[in-house]
Amino acid sequence: MNTKRKKRLLAIVLLVAGVSIAAYLALQSFNENLMYFYSPSDIKAGKAPTNHLFRVGGLVEKNSLIRQEDSLMLEFRVTDQAETIGVQYTGILPDLFREGQGIIARGKLNKNGLFVAEEVLAKHDENYMPPEVADSLKMHNKAQ
Amino acid sequence: MMITHYLHKIASPAAFYLFCGRCLPWLIALFFIVLALGLYGGLVTAPADYQQGDAFRIIYVHVPAAWMSLFIYLVMAINAAVALIWRIKISEVIVVSSAYIGASFTFLALVTGSLWGKPMWGTWWTWDARLTSELVLLFLYFSIIALYNAYEDKRVASKAISILALVGVINIPIIHYSVVWWNTLHQGATVTKLDKPSIHIDMLIPLLEMAFAFNLYYLISLMQRARNEILKREFNSLWVKKLCQESSNE
Repeated sequence: MNTKRKKRLLAIVLLVAGVSIAAYLALQSFNENLMYFYSPSDIKAGKAPTNHLFRVGGLVEKNSLIRQEDSLMLEFRVTDQAETIGVQYTGILPDLFREGQGIIARGKLNKNGLFVAEEVLAKHDENYMPPEVADSLKMHNKAQ
Repeated sequence: MMITHYLHKIASPAAFYLFCGRCLPWLIALFFIVLALGLYGGLVTAPADYQQGDAFRIIYVHVPAAWMSLFIYLVMAINAAVALIWRIKISEVIVVSSAYIGASFTFLALVTGSLWGKPMWGTWWTWDARLTSELVLLFLYFSIIALYNAYEDKRVASKAISILALVGVINIPIIHYSVVWWNTLHQGATVTKLDKPSIHIDMLIPLLEMAFAFNLYYLISLMQRARNEILKREFNSLWVKKLCQESSNE
């Protein structure tokens, strides 16, 4: 490589390195804003904002869903296996909403520590399998 | 020595033009075979998912398109560096030709993701780190295309977009690791991780076939675009004039 090309190579390496460092610093300082949701433990630890809307994410606790007979209002509990928090929501739930599945709710805490959601989204995990395999996995887990 | 000799030869626009012309019919035939295999596997033989039912089948377009959106950017960035350092014309042509195809795949990944997101997540769009960084990628492709068309002199234009492509390359690891670094609504990686893929083998094989078909499509589209670009840039040269004469005599 002649000197001219070496200089250009060096310039490119410096450019990419500079941009990487800048991006790293920017993302570090925005880290908290890039978090899409807080876990129930974060909320119990007082990390969640109190004055504006935020999202809570976790698994829907088994047997915790209570529907009201005369309206679309429902209540369920969200857990991250360490802490749980009650969520209240009025509306239609997405297809993937199930007990034991991950969800993300957007809303605010009320005075009683109940999370009043304006929107409930279902989080899908990265596992894909046919129903037979899912059934046999379940059987296997029960047997253990 | 053999390889560098061969590379020097193929890097001349005339040789590259002819080489692509010879490859294209074979690549197109292979593309249709692999695409048919992948589509049949994905839409017919692959079992339905235990939670999403048949709706999961959009994975066979969404995931390969998303992979291509990242892969094409990497190809573009590498060629941008080569074009800036060695001033190789073919690399310049590959950078600009890839930008259009990459933008299309990014758009496809965003649209299919949105169509899946509405029934599954409950929303068309949300500003989580994965979705936002992929949208930034689309805008990066758009700005590369726009910048290229802003210059009259295409060699100057190539230099400008090469620098822009290299500045934007930092977005690629951010997109890939966004689901690891931050809490996101988008799920984590199913296939592109060091662990065993978390997808059943009968569903995985058509996915890999579709990914291969998408790669072939990129190669075909890239070669066709590159050939057009070469003709436009070299229209005054002797070999292009000869080529035109030959084809008008036929």
